[in-house]
Amino acid sequence: MTPARIGSVAPAERLRGAAFKGLLMFSLLIGFATLVVLLITVASDGLGHLSWDFVTSFPSSLPSRAGIQSPLVGTIYLMVLVALITIPIGVGAALYLEEYADRRRWFNRAIELNIQNLAAVPSIVYGILGLAFLVRGPIGLGRVLLAGALTLSLLVLPIVIIAAREAIRSVPPSIREGALALGATRWQMIWRQVLPASVPGIATGSILALSRAIGETAPLILIGAIVFVPFNPSGLTDQFTALPIQIFNWTSRPQAEFKLLAAAAILVLMALLLTMNAFAIWLRNKYQRRW
Amino acid sequence: MPTEQMTEPQEQATPPVSRRPDPPTTRIETRQADKQPVGRAEPIFEVKEVGVSYNGNPAVRNITLDIGRNRITALIGPSGCGKSTLIRCFNRMNDLITAATVDGSILYHGQDLYGTGVDPVEVRKLIGMVFQKPNPFPKSIYDNVAFGPRVIGMQGDMGAIVERALTRAALWDDVKDRLKENAYQLSGGQQQRLCIARCLAVEPDVILMDEPCSALDPIATAKIEDLMLELKNRYSIVIVTHNMQQAARVSDMTAVLMPEVREGDVTIGHIVEYAETDKIFTNPDNKRTEEYVTGRVG
Repeated sequence: MTPARIGSVAPAERLRGAAFKGLLMFSLLIGFATLVVLLITVASDGLGHLSWDFVTSFPSSLPSRAGIQSPLVGTIYLMVLVALITIPIGVGAALYLEEYADRRRWFNRAIELNIQNLAAVPSIVYGILGLAFLVRGPIGLGRVLLAGALTLSLLVLPIVIIAAREAIRSVPPSIREGALALGATRWQMIWRQVLPASVPGIATGSILALSRAIGETAPLILIGAIVFVPFNPSGLTDQFTALPIQIFNWTSRPQAEFKLLAAAAILVLMALLLTMNAFAIWLRNKYQRRW
Repeated sequence: MPTEQMTEPQEQATPPVSRRPDPPTTRIETRQADKQPVGRAEPIFEVKEVGVSYNGNPAVRNITLDIGRNRITALIGPSGCGKSTLIRCFNRMNDLITAATVDGSILYHGQDLYGTGVDPVEVRKLIGMVFQKPNPFPKSIYDNVAFGPRVIGMQGDMGAIVERALTRAALWDDVKDRLKENAYQLSGGQQQRLCIARCLAVEPDVILMDEPCSALDPIATAKIEDLMLELKNRYSIVIVTHNMQQAARVSDMTAVLMPEVREGDVTIGHIVEYAETDKIFTNPDNKRTEEYVTGRVG
C-alpha cells in the first residue's frame, strides 16, 4: 500500500481563509484610518498656529491675538483638583470593598453593582447633577472652579474605584497571609503591604481616569464654565474655563481663523492627553510584577 | 513530667480509632494504651476534639493530640485529609476564611487559643507560619525581615534583629552584601529561607510550616530540612508535608491523617495514628498508616 501523499488545501478553502483575514484587516483599518485622517486634518489646520505665543496668550476676540493660557491653566487646575479629590476617596472605597466588605451582605453587593453602573452613566448626567447640587441647590457654589472639579470628580470616581480595586486585587493573598502570620493587624497589613504593592496599578488607573476627565466638555458646559475667560483662576471659587470648552467655543465661531485656532488647541489637548497616557503605560511597565 | 503526659496516648489515639469501622481497632487501642508516653516533651499544644467546617461542611474532625515542645511534629496524609486545615488552626489562620468554623479547643501552654479574649493577632506573634509557596514581600531583603519586628513594635537595633534572624535561617552569608536588593532576586530556596528568617525575627515560640519544601528542588529542600533540625533546639515546629521521606527525616512525632469518605464527595479528615516517627515508619499499628507510608495508598 502506498502512503497517501500530503497535498495542499483546496484552492477554494484557501481563498476563503485569505478573504477572512482581509476582512479582519479591513475592520482594523477603518478604525485606524479614521484616527489618522482626523489627526492629519487637525495637524494641518492647527500646526501653523501652534506657537509659544499661542500657549501663553489669553483668549481674545481677535483671532490673531488669541491664545489658550487661561483654558490650559484651568484644565491643569481641574486635573490637579480631580486627582486630589478622587484618588484618596477612590482608593479608600476600593480598599473597603476589597479588604473589608463582606460579600455575603446584600448592601455590599449592591454598592459594587452600583459603582459598576455609575462608571457607565453618560457624562451629561453628571453635569446635571453638578448643576443641580453643586452650582445651584443646597451647596450653591456658583459657576466656579471647585464646582467643575467636583463634578468631574464624581464622573471619574467610579473609574478610579474600579481601577484601584483591580490593582488591590492583583496583590496575591499570600502577601496578606504572610503579613498577618507575622502578627500584623489587618490595618498594618493593608497599609504596609497591600497598599504599597498596589500603588503602581492605582497610579496607572488613576491617570487613565484623569485622561478621561481632561477631555470632558458636556458636564462643564452644563455647569456653566465660562466660554470667554481672559484670566487665570485665582482660587477655588473663581470663574474658570478649560481646553475643551475653549475648543467648543472657537469651533462655534463664524470666523474661519477661530476654527484653525481650535485645531491648534486640540493639538495641545492631545499632547497633554498622550503624555498622561504614555506616563501611565511607562508606570505600568516599570512596576509590572510577576508574583 | 506532669501526669497529663501519661494520659496522652489514650487521648490522642482513642477517638479517631473508635470511629473506624474496621476490625484492627482493638489491637491498636491496646498497643497504644500500654506504650510509653509519646514525645517526652512538655506539650506546647494540647489539641482537644478539634473540628473545622467550611460553610457547615466538616473538613476535619475529632482531632486530639499533644504537640511537644522543641519537637518537630509532622502531619502527613493523602490530599484532602485536612492537614493544611489543621495546621492553620494553630495560629488562627482559619479565622481569615469567613466560612470556616473551628470547634473544640487548642490549649497553648494551657491557654485556649480559641478562648474569649484571645486576639488572633496576638496568637500569630507567638506562633509563626511558613507557607507552601515562598511568599516574600515585594520589598528588600532587609525590609522583609524587619517587617514583623516593626509591626509588633519590637525594641532594639533593627540591623541586629535582622542579622540575627537571617543568621538563624542560615541565609546571612548568602545575603549580607545585598540586603537592599529586592527579595524576588533570590532563588526559590533562598526565598523560603527568607520567609523562615522573617518568621524567626519576631521571636516566636512555635513555627508552623505548611509544606515548606513543596515548591523547592531537592538541594534547597535539604537545606531547609537541616535548618529545621537546627531550629528545633530553640523552637517547636509543626510541619505539614506531602513528602513522607521528609517527615521520616526531620520529625520526632508523626500524625497520620486520613480522609474518611462520607456520603457523596464529602471527605472528613481525622487522625488514624499519632506516634514517634520511627514507629510510624517502621512498625505502625494502623493498617491504613502502613499502607500509606509504604506507598500502597495515598
